[in-house]
Amino acid sequence: MRTPHLFVPCIVDQLFPETGVAAIRLLRKVGCNPYYDPRQTCCGQPAFNAGYHDDARRVAEHFIEVFGNASEIVSLSGSCAGMVKVFYPQMDLPEVLKEKVHEITSKTYEITDYIVNRLGVTDFDVSYSGRVAYHDSCHIMRELRITEEPRKLLRSVKNLELVELDLADRCCGFGGLFAAKFPEISAAMGEDKLASIQRAEVDLVVGCDNSCLMHLQGLANKKGIELKTKHVIEFLGDLIT
Amino acid sequence: MKSSQFKIRARQAVGDADLRSKIKKATGISLLKREQVVSEIADWEDLRRRAHELRKETVDNIDSYLRRFIESARRNNAIVHEADDHKTANKIIYDIIRRVSAHTVVKSKSMITEELHLNTMLEENGIRVIETDLGEYIVQLAGETPSHITAPALHKSKEDIARLFHEKLNIPYSDDPVKLTAVARERLRDEFLKARVGITGVNFATADTGTLTIVENEANARLCTTLPEVHIAIMSIEKIIPSFDDLPLFLKLLPRSASGQRMTSYVTCINGPRSYHNPDGPRQLHIVILDGGRKQLAKHPAWKEALYCIRCGACMNICPIYQSVGGHAYGSVYPGPIGSVITPTLFNMKDAQDLPFASSLCGACTDICPVKIDLHHHLLFERREIVNRGYKSSVEKIGMVLWRWIMLSPGRLEFAGRVGWFFRKLLGKNMPAPGWTPHRQFPRIPLRSFRSIMRSDKKHGK
Repeated sequence: MRTPHLFVPCIVDQLFPETGVAAIRLLRKVGCNPYYDPRQTCCGQPAFNAGYHDDARRVAEHFIEVFGNASEIVSLSGSCAGMVKVFYPQMDLPEVLKEKVHEITSKTYEITDYIVNRLGVTDFDVSYSGRVAYHDSCHIMRELRITEEPRKLLRSVKNLELVELDLADRCCGFGGLFAAKFPEISAAMGEDKLASIQRAEVDLVVGCDNSCLMHLQGLANKKGIELKTKHVIEFLGDLIT
Repeated sequence: MKSSQFKIRARQAVGDADLRSKIKKATGISLLKREQVVSEIADWEDLRRRAHELRKETVDNIDSYLRRFIESARRNNAIVHEADDHKTANKIIYDIIRRVSAHTVVKSKSMITEELHLNTMLEENGIRVIETDLGEYIVQLAGETPSHITAPALHKSKEDIARLFHEKLNIPYSDDPVKLTAVARERLRDEFLKARVGITGVNFATADTGTLTIVENEANARLCTTLPEVHIAIMSIEKIIPSFDDLPLFLKLLPRSASGQRMTSYVTCINGPRSYHNPDGPRQLHIVILDGGRKQLAKHPAWKEALYCIRCGACMNICPIYQSVGGHAYGSVYPGPIGSVITPTLFNMKDAQDLPFASSLCGACTDICPVKIDLHHHLLFERREIVNRGYKSSVEKIGMVLWRWIMLSPGRLEFAGRVGWFFRKLLGKNMPAPGWTPHRQFPRIPLRSFRSIMRSDKKHGK
């Protein structure tokens, strides 16, 4: 039996625990025995993207210590998986950790990628009536080049109508600390995305990064626009009874 | 205008709904046209890779290619001047103009001359400078600077231009683009005939043949290079490509990326001034080659990539930040993603320190770049340099240390989360958070974190 180590990023841990719970349910359903190591905290991306590479490195070292011996690492965020897979190898880590990083990088998967490509599962035999749009978060789309995997999972849901957003490859404006450093620009970008979502007339927007969805949801709530957002995994997990 | 005021100007620009819709409309049209003509080329990705390799080869060996280009150009009887810095370049150009006693120069679009602030310098010395590219003509009439490197008046609607022409050229108001263009054309024709010096930029300079290539759509550059008796071509060192045989590759990439055209209306290749065997063209061809810090930048293992740029402007069109704030907010000659990469590294990192941060790191720029510059990753790594140079506030530094301290312990992370939960409970959905809540509602914080759920599940043997 596979024992993937769940990588539950800080935002999922503290703000979206249901995504984690759903991930366990889904992985068990397809015959995995997911393992959660409670020593884990964060991948270090906030500091890395802010330019504080020393601080990021220290937190990354903690991550490497926690996940060093995992056979497979499954991330509940596309962006954080991208941090590990794309940017850990570019960090100024001590020589002894470099080989370890190489190993970690090759066994880290974003969860929809893991389910579809590693486990070969594309159908959970579930049903949902409604129009759903998938939001491509930038890091999963451009750092990891994952676009089809979540869509495959969504298409397998009976009665679900998967709707493509216009300007689907346009950033929603979250961008981590960017959202707080340049709130006006971030909000303007988010409003464009909300407009595109409204044009699509969907019941639900799903994605592989809770942080982008949190930004869009927060904007919509503030403006009184009705919007429902959910992580793809949480959406699928909720359909399994 | 300075890049140090990016935040203020960006905020103003975002608040200007009219400006935003104009920029979005113009960039949207360019992107749509680009998409159509790029999709016709099956091996587009191959072309990008080849172009990247060629640009790398050239920039890595810039000294040798520069020498070869200069030798070739001199063989063609061009007069070549090398300028280490902006001041020297300006002096060289001014001296050439003074020697022929010209009072008026006609000029086609050139970003290098923007970098030199050439027009200001010449006007201060009593020389009239006439911008002859329609977009540049509009921007000059308005007393502004270009807001985009290939579409300088992108921030103006046809109504804006109609009002401008009505006021500055004393013509009846009309927002018919055909009429407006005809007016500009008529005014400019006169200037072309009078001017004794024409100034242009250069798109590509081929090292093996010494040929200057200029792409354009209005033939104003061709007039600048043929009518006046002296032509001054101004280029920076990285305009060089190894061979004339490489030109077709770049001519496939540039117009498609820039304006969504298969080819621009005019492509001018200049091999020298008029001669016995070639009686057309100017009496003298001067080529002014600017270094301006580029040789130094070419030595940097990562940032040298900024010199691969062929100035198509596609990264600006696709950039959601550029689309939201426009080019002027950047306060730099080069706006958008490439501008945010090049301004801190080539000009002034301290002044331009906000620019690399003004990106959501979405990476759309990198995907669209015809020479595959890793734009968004350069922005990311420039941030590290900015932090290392100590330009950031101590508040931010302390914040990062605190963040690190929390993240190095699962217990402290959980505690911080619970503190958040407490305040969210206390203050409700209107809980304030700087930078976040002016535009977005604070997210719900659940009673129990994932780690806490897992802890009790374990206890209960689940």
